[in-house]
Amino acid sequence: MTQVSTTTSTLRQGVRAGLPLVAPTFALGASFGVLAEPVMGAAAPIVMSLVVFAGGAQFAALSVLAAGGVAGSAIAAGLLMNTRFLPMGFAVAPALSGPPIARAAQGQALVDASFALANRGDGSFDRGVLLGATLPQLVAWTTGTVAGVVGGGLLGDPQALGLDAIFPAFYALLLLEEIRGRRAAAAAVLGGAIVLALMPFAPAGVPVLAATAAALIGLARP
Amino acid sequence: MTGIWLVVAVLCAGTVAIKAVGPLALGGRRPSERALAVIALVAPALLAGLIVYETFIGDGGGVRVDARVVGLAAALAAAAARLPMLAVLLAAAAATALVRAVA
Repeated sequence: MTQVSTTTSTLRQGVRAGLPLVAPTFALGASFGVLAEPVMGAAAPIVMSLVVFAGGAQFAALSVLAAGGVAGSAIAAGLLMNTRFLPMGFAVAPALSGPPIARAAQGQALVDASFALANRGDGSFDRGVLLGATLPQLVAWTTGTVAGVVGGGLLGDPQALGLDAIFPAFYALLLLEEIRGRRAAAAAVLGGAIVLALMPFAPAGVPVLAATAAALIGLARP
Repeated sequence: MTGIWLVVAVLCAGTVAIKAVGPLALGGRRPSERALAVIALVAPALLAGLIVYETFIGDGGGVRVDARVVGLAAALAAAAARLPMLAVLLAAAAATALVRAVA
């Protein structure tokens, strides 16, 4: 196990930690904007990126709407995609501070990349990174969506540009940083296997939520 | 159009609620050693799950194997060569676009 660190980054350091995420997040936001505009119009995708701010959930809801699904199905797909923030919220809770309302507000900064960056590897999280790294991503995600909605015609088909391959590549880079020992590697292999096993039949979101259960191998004696 | 704004509003409220549960329920209590051992493994398990999901998800759900696999392989090769993050991501997009262009 890595040494327990008690130092916490400042918000400014956290923002700096999030800067490398700006370009990929912008590209993903743009691909969301391009795909969403014909289905949702111009304003709704931009507002959605600002207030929902969850790529997986937005793409899941959009794919339901694009296929002609009703609002209820789109909401269910999006919320299922975000259920992974339940276990993640319990994980980061001890790192937050202040009265309950302040903690709940800080919990809103929870996104996948910040969660990974703030994870110290010993079960604790760096609050400054968790909060700070999310800010540049929110700006990049929202402005990227605007660019996609406005410039969709110029950009062409995001799939032809391979933009949908950026997401997995980006997570692979984060994962390589996370694999600090044999247990983390085992949790990663198991998490991936769970998703692959559930994907053919489980609704959107369930496979990724179930993948977090792979962390339970941490209960095994070393 | 009302339906679309309903989706945006409910997804916003639902996501805020989901993210608030852990911080509200746990407060500042420090988890046990066993809980910490589990929490430390959530990130690798989650990231690996997201990689598999985003690489193989089909348009309407299910599994689809396509050029994204080549993009992921290109990204891993670029990462192994210690290229910077932006170069790794560009490699993934370029390899995927190339395979789609020739396919």
